[in-house]
Amino acid sequence: MLYFSKLRIISVIVFTVIFSYFAFSNFVKFDDKFFSKNINLGLDLQGGSYLLLEIDNRPVITQKLQAKIIELKRYFKEKQITLKNFSLKGDTISFETTDNEIENVINILNDKESDVNTYYPTYKSHEFDVLEDGNLFSLNYSRYGLVLLKNSSLDQAIEIVRRRVDEVGTNEPNILKRGNDRILVELPGLDDPNRIKSLLGKTANLTFQFISQNNEESFGTEKLSFEDGSRDAIVSKRIILSGDNLVDAKPTMNSQTNETVVSFSLDRVGAKKFGKATSTGVGKQLAIVLDGKIISAPSVREPIIGGSGQISGDFTFQSATDLALLLRSGALPAPLNIIEERTVGPDLGQDSIDAGILSLFIGFLLVILFMIYKYRAFGLIANLALVSNLFLLIGILTLFEATLTLPGIAGIILTVGMAVDANVLIFERIKEETKNEKNPIIAFDAGYTKSRTTILDANITTLIAAFILFFMGSGPVKGFSVTLGVGILTTLFSVYFIARLLTSLYVVKNKDKEQLL
Amino acid sequence: MSNISFNKFYRKFNILSLILIVISLVFLFFKGLNYGVDFKGGTLIELRTTDKTNNISLIRDSFNQMNLGDVSVKKFGNETDFIVKFEKQNSNDPEFIKNIQNKLSSSIGDVDFRRVENVGPKVSSELLKSGIIAISLSLAAMLLYIWIRFEWQFSLGAILAIFHDVIITLGIFSIFSLEINLSIVAAVLTIVGYSMNDTVVIFDRVRENLRKYSDVKIFDLTNISINETLSRTIITSVTTLLALFSIYLFGGEILKGFSLAMILGVIFGTYSSIYIANPILVALNVSQRTIVKEEKD
Repeated sequence: MLYFSKLRIISVIVFTVIFSYFAFSNFVKFDDKFFSKNINLGLDLQGGSYLLLEIDNRPVITQKLQAKIIELKRYFKEKQITLKNFSLKGDTISFETTDNEIENVINILNDKESDVNTYYPTYKSHEFDVLEDGNLFSLNYSRYGLVLLKNSSLDQAIEIVRRRVDEVGTNEPNILKRGNDRILVELPGLDDPNRIKSLLGKTANLTFQFISQNNEESFGTEKLSFEDGSRDAIVSKRIILSGDNLVDAKPTMNSQTNETVVSFSLDRVGAKKFGKATSTGVGKQLAIVLDGKIISAPSVREPIIGGSGQISGDFTFQSATDLALLLRSGALPAPLNIIEERTVGPDLGQDSIDAGILSLFIGFLLVILFMIYKYRAFGLIANLALVSNLFLLIGILTLFEATLTLPGIAGIILTVGMAVDANVLIFERIKEETKNEKNPIIAFDAGYTKSRTTILDANITTLIAAFILFFMGSGPVKGFSVTLGVGILTTLFSVYFIARLLTSLYVVKNKDKEQLL
Repeated sequence: MSNISFNKFYRKFNILSLILIVISLVFLFFKGLNYGVDFKGGTLIELRTTDKTNNISLIRDSFNQMNLGDVSVKKFGNETDFIVKFEKQNSNDPEFIKNIQNKLSSSIGDVDFRRVENVGPKVSSELLKSGIIAISLSLAAMLLYIWIRFEWQFSLGAILAIFHDVIITLGIFSIFSLEINLSIVAAVLTIVGYSMNDTVVIFDRVRENLRKYSDVKIFDLTNISINETLSRTIITSVTTLLALFSIYLFGGEILKGFSLAMILGVIFGTYSSIYIANPILVALNVSQRTIVKEEKD
């Protein structure tokens, strides 16, 4: 165990030097791109916001089911099959058919080539589960139909979220999918998440609808309240134009009234629709509705055919900017709820870094002093192994650009405390062996051999804990598991290569001395 | 090598451990754990006031006026730093936190919100579930590992030692109403790893000695093994505790609970590998035949 070939010595040195180099690259700027890697600081250290958003898919499902009913009606009418009594209760579409058409309807709905109930060969499932009871049919989203629906609405939503966050211009946001109805948004360095939160909290569904002449709610109209809550208005359900037709929106000053407005321009289709509606509706009030609330309802004085217009409504410059941003980035397919928020201010992050480094330094110093006190020369060897262990650990974290969190720093300090364990096991074993064995080289060799399984057992158990934490934990705790796990690997390396190399050099040189350890 | 008769006190310490476990379980059962916002849901705000005359009751009063549910206020390190926790979480209202800050500023002067955590009920129950799963999984994985490496008598001893450590550590958290959050789960998992580590070192030696001496009773054999590994046990505990105390004292307020749990875990882990794991080998009457039979299979 004490013999090292030249090649081995060189490779240990090279390995250690390379990783120490990476460790240093956190503090020194290297020109070389490969070496100028950095450990990422977690949000708890650099400050920033962590938001977990959940899509509320219920409105999307209802919308899709309503569209499905229309589709079914049209499809079966073309096939000249009579369906009647369509209804939508909860998430179930139900309808009736005549007795002699039952067989036909079942066949169409369960056909693998079905046009109205898409079949997904990969999932071996239709979009809808069909239940029939005599001539009464009910359709429900199948498990996979629902998964696909959620996935597609999540994909859309994540795109919109990304656009909105990018427009605000925070540095290096991290936007990720979580499961099939959640989005994780990490915003490093963001001090005040209020603006982003209010931007993400809006669906931004913009519609233009005429205000009804009648004062009573009736079929085809709905009662909506104004944004400021001052009053209600009866609005026609017919949507003249929606936000989908917008190509641009920006805040401007209206030179006549001197108020801040949002001016928008429409695509070709939108411009046509808008022109047609405004020319027939001169004199009527046009409600501009955002997420079910009326922003303003100006009267149409003349047909608007140029494909551009303005939205007014008591805006400050900030709120006009935000509305324009929302309109530019498009509407979310469904409302997003913020279900978890964690924000750390930048000065607390810096305080945490300072405290982390201070405690690392003190813990390190105490362990080093204790080892020298306990083992003298061999304590020094163990300490050298400990220092290189620290460099290796930081070097590897840097190489993989891992994220360092506050618990992660605690993991490093803990590694420092526990890393000496392996060397202690070896040294204590050597002490025992020296009692029966006069030749120090043989005694040292035996010490290393006999302690090996114990050391492996002991480290594997901690590694198991680290692995499980990594897969189950989130955020800062994950950072802890990474440093703890990598720390065990670097500890084993530093003990079996670096410390053993130094021990063997020392023992061979001093083999004639009395009582080496 | 030391020669302390640890085995003379097996019975006494077992009774002590039993009492501690019963007390812990009673507290865990009747008083329960003080879950932080991670597991209970709600809002946590770490704030710093500019006015040094602000005290806990003043801040609590200001918060109580805002209808936020159960409010708790604690000092957090510095004289001007406080942790406020309350039941209500309304992260969907983007103005929620801002409004609180405005109201607070008008009643107690300028405040800086250094940290805000807002966890909804769904997320907190998921976090709690995944925390429990993580701890159970790691216990199961350790059990499996030790079962593969050792005979069942040893696995039983090691697992009981771990349960002992985890229950007593959580019991202490319950008795003193210390907060259980995500980092405590990480600490408990590390304790599990550390305690196992400590037990494995002694067990390895017991097994080695079982092969060496056929005529020594397990009662004395465990004592020999404990003594032979004692200086390692002490040195490693000391270095680990040095590192942990350094985190506890200098690592900032956020890591206090985490390092405290670890410190308790290391102390109980060291104790239990001697006084729980070994007496179980004695109780199960482990002998040379136990390991020889196993090796023949």
